[in-house]
Amino acid sequence: MNESPASSSETPMVRFERVSKRYGALTVLDQLDLDVASGEKVAIIGPSGSGKTTVLRVLMALERIDDGVIHIDGEPLTHMPQGDSLVPADARHLRKMRGHIGMVFQHFNLFPHMSAVQNCMEAPISVLGLGKEEAHARAAELLTMVGLADKLDHHPAQLSGGQQQRVAIARALAMRPRVMLFDEVTSALDPELCGEVLNVIRELGSAHQLTMLMVTHQMGFAREFADRVCFFDAGRIAEQGSPEELFGNPQHERTRQFLRAVMEAI
Amino acid sequence: MPANRTGSAGTSPTGSSPAAGALAAAAILGFAGGLVVSSFAGFRDFLPELLRGAAVTVQVAAGGSLVAVAMALLATAARLYAPLPLRWLAVAYVELFRGTSALVQLFWLFFVLPMFGISLSPMTAGIAALGLNIGAYGSEVMRGAIEAVPRSQWEAASALSLGRFRTLRRVILPQAFVTMIPPWGNLFIELLKATSLVSLITLSDLAFKAQQLNQTTLRTVEIFGIVLLIYLALSLLVTLAMRALEHRAGRRLLRGKETG
Repeated sequence: MNESPASSSETPMVRFERVSKRYGALTVLDQLDLDVASGEKVAIIGPSGSGKTTVLRVLMALERIDDGVIHIDGEPLTHMPQGDSLVPADARHLRKMRGHIGMVFQHFNLFPHMSAVQNCMEAPISVLGLGKEEAHARAAELLTMVGLADKLDHHPAQLSGGQQQRVAIARALAMRPRVMLFDEVTSALDPELCGEVLNVIRELGSAHQLTMLMVTHQMGFAREFADRVCFFDAGRIAEQGSPEELFGNPQHERTRQFLRAVMEAI
Repeated sequence: MPANRTGSAGTSPTGSSPAAGALAAAAILGFAGGLVVSSFAGFRDFLPELLRGAAVTVQVAAGGSLVAVAMALLATAARLYAPLPLRWLAVAYVELFRGTSALVQLFWLFFVLPMFGISLSPMTAGIAALGLNIGAYGSEVMRGAIEAVPRSQWEAASALSLGRFRTLRRVILPQAFVTMIPPWGNLFIELLKATSLVSLITLSDLAFKAQQLNQTTLRTVEIFGIVLLIYLALSLLVTLAMRALEHRAGRRLLRGKETG
């Protein structure tokens, strides 16, 4: 049931082409190639400093890349065509391309001065040009979907961490993205609150044709949810495969070490 | 929740409520005022004249405050978001007016500019000089408050495709506003006290009236006692107003913090 959709011949939803990212002398992404098919759920695991969060941050265009090209559904994200060549994207192009992508952060990053429903309405109104009522209806529907129908007018400070993270998911979905990025979304939560957030992601995955990339430390969730697991090490994908392959029969010594260390921690 | 970023906004509407503070201030003021009224016959003789001076003081302080806020806004916007030449101009303004004395600035506007054919009325010169001076400090306050809003707020807005200006207006400034209220309170009080400088450019403000009365009557203790109280009362008013503003803005930002 986990045929690798990467083998399909259609245009991948996300394509990293020899992407490098450096901070001074430190190379965080090292000529990374990665294709993610439309609707595919990819889990990204790896030791800290392996570049896994950077993958999401450059895909969201929060960081510039130093080399290579990223494509979203065949269209360059980090560059734009000008004549026959590609030139680095300007702010306008970036903003347009970001519209295809939603991101959920480790620390939620909700707007503290806005209620839950206002958090979800701001971008649809100002970026998509939705009317107030339409934006409110969409926000209320999404907040209901994540189980917060009774918290529309609560401010972030009045919500638990798990509830805040679910608002953050609804806020990203309100822009109707085609790709959703989850950056260690349960790492800042108390263990008993992780379940409610993971449940929301699980439902999203089964009900929508969303393409999802998630950086996670929850190996159990990655195993159950992902179509493909990528193990990152030193800015590259050291090993990837179906969850069964990667968790059941890891090929590389580095992967085995990492998995052993993670399992011991539990 | 350990990850409560709202705390970094730096306000804590907890602790002593503004109402209690106001009550204490009113009590002290009332007591001191009563003491003066009962012990100084001079109160009746001098108060009307001094209050006329205080009216001028309030006028200069209010006008100066408006100019200060406007200049601080302009300079901050220019320094953070304008093209280079404008940015330099804003930096030059801030450094020049922070780095020289308010008295010298006032004299420049009133005594030097006329030599170049620009004559300002004493009131205009006073308001402009104090506004420009305090505005330079205010620009630093605003910049600090804006930069104190966590980067992650910019990133969250970016991820939602919000533009820079929209992010600033809808996400960053409402949070920065709360942090900058207390330092602005300090600046307004600084400005209020600095208004006494305008007595040196022929304006009959509170300080000017006091000196005048003192020279003709020599009842120094009474006159300057009353002047002290009037300045104190005015600055307490500023403090109370800013506290109320802070409380309101803070409650909007962290609504339910106390109940949650």
